[in-house]
Amino acid sequence: MLTRSFLNAPAWDFDVTKPFAEFERLRRRMDRLFDEWMPSTWKAGRTMGVFPLVNLTEDRESYILRAEIPGVKSEDLDIQATAKSVSISGERHILQEEDKVSYHRREREGGRFSRAVALSGEIDPDGVDAKLEHGVLTLRLPKTEASKAKQISVMSSQS
Amino acid sequence: MTENDTKALVPKGKQEVVSKAEQTKDGLVFTPDVDILESDREITLLADMPGVQSRDLKVDLENGVLTLTGDVAPWEGPDEKDILIEYEVGRFYRQFSISETIDQDRIDAQLSDGVLRLTLPKVESAIPRKIPVAAG
Repeated sequence: MLTRSFLNAPAWDFDVTKPFAEFERLRRRMDRLFDEWMPSTWKAGRTMGVFPLVNLTEDRESYILRAEIPGVKSEDLDIQATAKSVSISGERHILQEEDKVSYHRREREGGRFSRAVALSGEIDPDGVDAKLEHGVLTLRLPKTEASKAKQISVMSSQS
Repeated sequence: MTENDTKALVPKGKQEVVSKAEQTKDGLVFTPDVDILESDREITLLADMPGVQSRDLKVDLENGVLTLTGDVAPWEGPDEKDILIEYEVGRFYRQFSISETIDQDRIDAQLSDGVLRLTLPKVESAIPRKIPVAAG
């Protein structure tokens, strides 16, 4: 009885033309399960999985992009801006200490990184201001006149 | 250049401190990533504390416990609206127990580019000496 129901299980309904159909179904089911169970705050907090993590904000005049890159020197950074995107790339060097040392803990990591961020409005690439202070990179990306929010004044007709 | 230097970096996300004692101050607390390395003469501790200025960093050594506390100033201006928030800032906090063999008067702390470098020299008596063995 057990054997029969096992062999009759849908998983064994194998279609040669679609060898991965069952995986596809399973994947969709897993995705649905995740979407249902994960609190919406987690989803909002999901990152792109690219170093460095960035915070992007805006005010009336500009977009402001910040990233924590402790230990990166300004000469190891390469920042490129276009009208609608900005990219940060560089390398983080972890100093190799002299030979006669033993490591007790090694949590800091070095390596190359590259990250591009698309912007919803246009900026002036020539006016970008970059600051690196205390291991935090701050880019101020001025908006073009066209992409600034306009204050619309409402006229009230006096009777 | 070593292999370690050329691999691509992957973001780790900050580790929030899970402390038994309740925090007396509001706000998030994170554990800084550290490297600890030891040579014959000293122990060096490197900690990533982005956003911490030297006046907001406290290094305490009391009863053999080394405490690192770094406060990060709020970064956002008053008129800014969030578009994409991938990391949060808060205080950095971590404790280590330090053995008696450290010369506590000569501890040196330097903060540059958001990385704290703490040099803990060993007391003279704790520095290993090579004892020559005479062949009989």
